[in-house]
Amino acid sequence: MMLEVNHLTVTYGPIEAVHDISLNVESGAIVTLIGPNGAGKTTLLNALSGVIPVRGGNILFNGQDITRMSPHRRVAEGIIQVPEGRLVLAGMTVRENLEIGAYRRPKSGIAADIARMQERFPILKDRIEASAGSLSGGEQQMLAIARGLMAHPKLLLLDEPSLGLAPLVVQMVFDIVTELRQNGLTILLVEQNARQSLAVSDNAYVIESGAIVLEGPAAKLRSDPAVIRTYMGQGL
Amino acid sequence: MNLFAQQLINGIFIGSVYGLFAIGYTLVFGVLDILNLAHAAVFTLGGLVALWLVQSAGMSIWAAFPLATLFSGILGLIINAVAFVPLRHRPDTYFSGLISSIALAIVFESAAIGIFGARTVRFPISTIAVHIWQIAGVTITSLQVEIVMIAACLMAGLTRFLRRSRSGKAIRAVAENERAARLLGVHVDGIIAFTFFISSALGGAAGILFGLYFGALSPDMGRSIELKGLAVIVLGGMGSIPGAIIGGIAFGLSEVLTVAISGTSNLRDAVAFTVLFAILLLRPSGLFGRRQIRET
Repeated sequence: MMLEVNHLTVTYGPIEAVHDISLNVESGAIVTLIGPNGAGKTTLLNALSGVIPVRGGNILFNGQDITRMSPHRRVAEGIIQVPEGRLVLAGMTVRENLEIGAYRRPKSGIAADIARMQERFPILKDRIEASAGSLSGGEQQMLAIARGLMAHPKLLLLDEPSLGLAPLVVQMVFDIVTELRQNGLTILLVEQNARQSLAVSDNAYVIESGAIVLEGPAAKLRSDPAVIRTYMGQGL
Repeated sequence: MNLFAQQLINGIFIGSVYGLFAIGYTLVFGVLDILNLAHAAVFTLGGLVALWLVQSAGMSIWAAFPLATLFSGILGLIINAVAFVPLRHRPDTYFSGLISSIALAIVFESAAIGIFGARTVRFPISTIAVHIWQIAGVTITSLQVEIVMIAACLMAGLTRFLRRSRSGKAIRAVAENERAARLLGVHVDGIIAFTFFISSALGGAAGILFGLYFGALSPDMGRSIELKGLAVIVLGGMGSIPGAIIGGIAFGLSEVLTVAISGTSNLRDAVAFTVLFAILLLRPSGLFGRRQIRET
């Protein structure tokens, strides 16, 4: 098991944002977290990245307890988050964003990786010396994913990668997710777009009010009447 | 006309020292959005320590300069650890950091008076060999040239470092978005401490050059440059390195030209700050202000 989360609890002041959550991500799998806004999905990813403190429970990564490990060491271990809202460094160039994605890696191979990213994401190739802030939302999402890949992740945490993007670009994002998985990458995906994320995933968890209310193989959840009613309505 | 040219040259010399002081000031602001009000005290201590190394330890200024600069950088690490780190997670961190850095500035100043005395002190005449050149009626000394060269090298070095090096890019990433930098694997607290080190090293170096330029050093010399430095970074645009350099030179020029035109030094600060006021009316974010000044 690549990632094991046991009875994790995270609090913000008096509020329990994540309550007693346990979940597993198998090596090479795509696991999806679905749930409404404010259910604690982003909080959970941030706890996995170590940028917010954990109140109780533990996190094991490839068998190693990383519950108290600092964020930059988790990046070095290969846990990379592509955050919601992309958080590209707007004043820096596309190239600099990619370089800093490889911050925890030795210098060798970075230039070759940037060339590879330009090949995979042609949109970045044309804009490589442009400031990241001048890119469109879809281009910024491609950059954020490419920047995450520059770190050579073992586990990629993708937070709402399709949020706010045009349908065509959403399709591109899910194509990339599928492709990454075929290359052997393990992915924990947080999405509002339940229909498409369940279609590309192996397993799924439904989070409501900071707790897991449903879990199982993605194919099974896709035909679950409650999931369909709550998360796949409105002709999505 | 020669007098005018002479004042122009003098303005650039003193302006380069202001610029050097101001880039350290603006660097910390650019990264953390806080003002380090102990920066002027580091300027003073840097100069006094260099003088002590020359006078009491018998060192050459070329050895004392880098040592005192290093010492100033270490003061920066102390400022960060004592005045800012303990307050970083408080909701009023911007304001409380301002106050605690003032407190630390007072501690540093008192230490300077306690150790070096309250008198004005001078670098020995033999500290640095001075040649005087007359070019088309304008007098330039080798000391002035050396000062402007050192200031220019340090400013160019910092710019290149921020643009090219791995750590420089990490500093810019933290400046832009601390959370994003953390998620990318940047050790944010370490980078902040390092930023304080660089900022204070440059502030101390400016103090040494200032002391060499005017020959005189006193424990309260930080007072006058503190407000000027603030004016320079507001003028250049808060957080902008090129803005601080240009702003420093512009400020130095406005000072000496006022003296040259009015024939008295009484109006010097009045005109300099009036120019600042006028520029801010036209460009509220400063000459190079890409970063919006925070409004709360």
